[in-house]
Amino acid sequence: MTELEFYGIDAIGLQNREDVLPGRLIVIEGPDGIGRTSQLLLLRPWLESSGYAVADSEMTHSDLAGAGLKQAKEGNTLGPITLNLFYATDFVDRFESQILPALRAGFIVLTDRYIYSLMARALVRGADPHWIRSIYGLALKPDAIFYLKGSLEDLIPRVLQGGGFSYWESGMDMHLGSDLFESFVRYQTLMLAEYDKMIAEYNFHVIDAKLPVELIAEQLKHHILPLLPAG
Amino acid sequence: MDGQDMKTYGLHQYPGKLFVVEGVDGSGKSTQIALLRQWLISEGYTVFFSEWNSSPLVKKTTSRGKKKQLLTPTTFSLIHATDFADRTEHDIIPPLKAGAIVLADRYVYTAFARDVARNVDSHWVRELYQFAVQPTRAFYFRVPLDVSLSRILTGRTELKYYEAGMDLGLSNDPHESFKMFQQRIVNEYEAMINEYNLTVMDATLPIPEQQRIMRQLVRPHLEGVRRFRPPVREKELLNLVRALQPTERYSDQSI
Repeated sequence: MTELEFYGIDAIGLQNREDVLPGRLIVIEGPDGIGRTSQLLLLRPWLESSGYAVADSEMTHSDLAGAGLKQAKEGNTLGPITLNLFYATDFVDRFESQILPALRAGFIVLTDRYIYSLMARALVRGADPHWIRSIYGLALKPDAIFYLKGSLEDLIPRVLQGGGFSYWESGMDMHLGSDLFESFVRYQTLMLAEYDKMIAEYNFHVIDAKLPVELIAEQLKHHILPLLPAG
Repeated sequence: MDGQDMKTYGLHQYPGKLFVVEGVDGSGKSTQIALLRQWLISEGYTVFFSEWNSSPLVKKTTSRGKKKQLLTPTTFSLIHATDFADRTEHDIIPPLKAGAIVLADRYVYTAFARDVARNVDSHWVRELYQFAVQPTRAFYFRVPLDVSLSRILTGRTELKYYEAGMDLGLSNDPHESFKMFQQRIVNEYEAMINEYNLTVMDATLPIPEQQRIMRQLVRPHLEGVRRFRPPVREKELLNLVRALQPTERYSDQSI
């Protein structure tokens, strides 16, 4: 059972409705290119073969705002506050239309990132910390948050292998450096610092991303197993 | 960060001025702000006008959400906040920095009234809009509900789903639902008068009288605001209007 506990105001009103969430909410967090997707691909079949129904949810893929957000990011007029709120709209749409129904139906929900990456992005772009925390305060506290922690040196080869530096993953909108690489280094350094600050505050379970993929998967399974509903 | 940090409500300092009109549909606020705009322009000020729900960046998402009825009260609130953020970053802050007068037809109080009427938590929605610039003066056009309803509903056969508050399930009849929803919105506005120091306007007064009061209240705030050209004299303005409207066009209008 995912408890009806929130970081801030329960703006959706789940407590009033006395919502019951027999599922589990499991979050994998970490920077771009750290290997979150590979882990999710290993976890899903493992859970399914053990008889659990699994749902997943991915950032920027909401039915409501996914397409609009993508389009807005391709233009050149998107300001930082608007970007943050567009992301928040996307998140809340996924939260209400994908994550909550799955939890109500007893699914194990695996989310590729949650509010933490969104808050980190906002904070490095100068957002007021109280403001951004209030907005995402409506999110349920997950049953577990796994943070794949790596250093900048770990990220660079992975990003290069995955198609190179992209505009947004390099924080080019922030004008931090003269080219993609310089900007990437500065931006991701700021992002890693924000994640580090969140470890204690949000009770992240830190996993060393330098370990081999199979070993990370073993660690994740080891920690997830006791959280699963019996049967 | 590097001076790009977000400022919150009440902490923005700009040379320009921001005047806002608020009220339910049918309160006559748009007429009043249009008249105020003409006057300010004729006085030689640079005026920037900004309307609710007008961001080109967000428009498609909002209409998609409304058309497919994808919006919950929370995402309805968020998508409008996103729209308002885009307006703030493009239409409000830069002109205010440039010393212009910005006029806004509906502002954050519209969101507070509508979203809370939709049962969104009132603290949460106020936090959501923390990035907004506090207006120089915000006018609330108060009108008895039966007056605004008859203004809006006369000649209207169809009310839109969200406009009528049908998502709240107050009534299956759109007209009935609209009335109940508007009443909730009015209650929220009334409660905000003290909270946000809104200037109450009696929207049942004749249009010229309301405008006279508005100008009187705006004038003291204009001291020291830069005029970009000298004011146009009333006579010259009339001549200008005549010059721009060839008389033949008028006489031919019946054709």
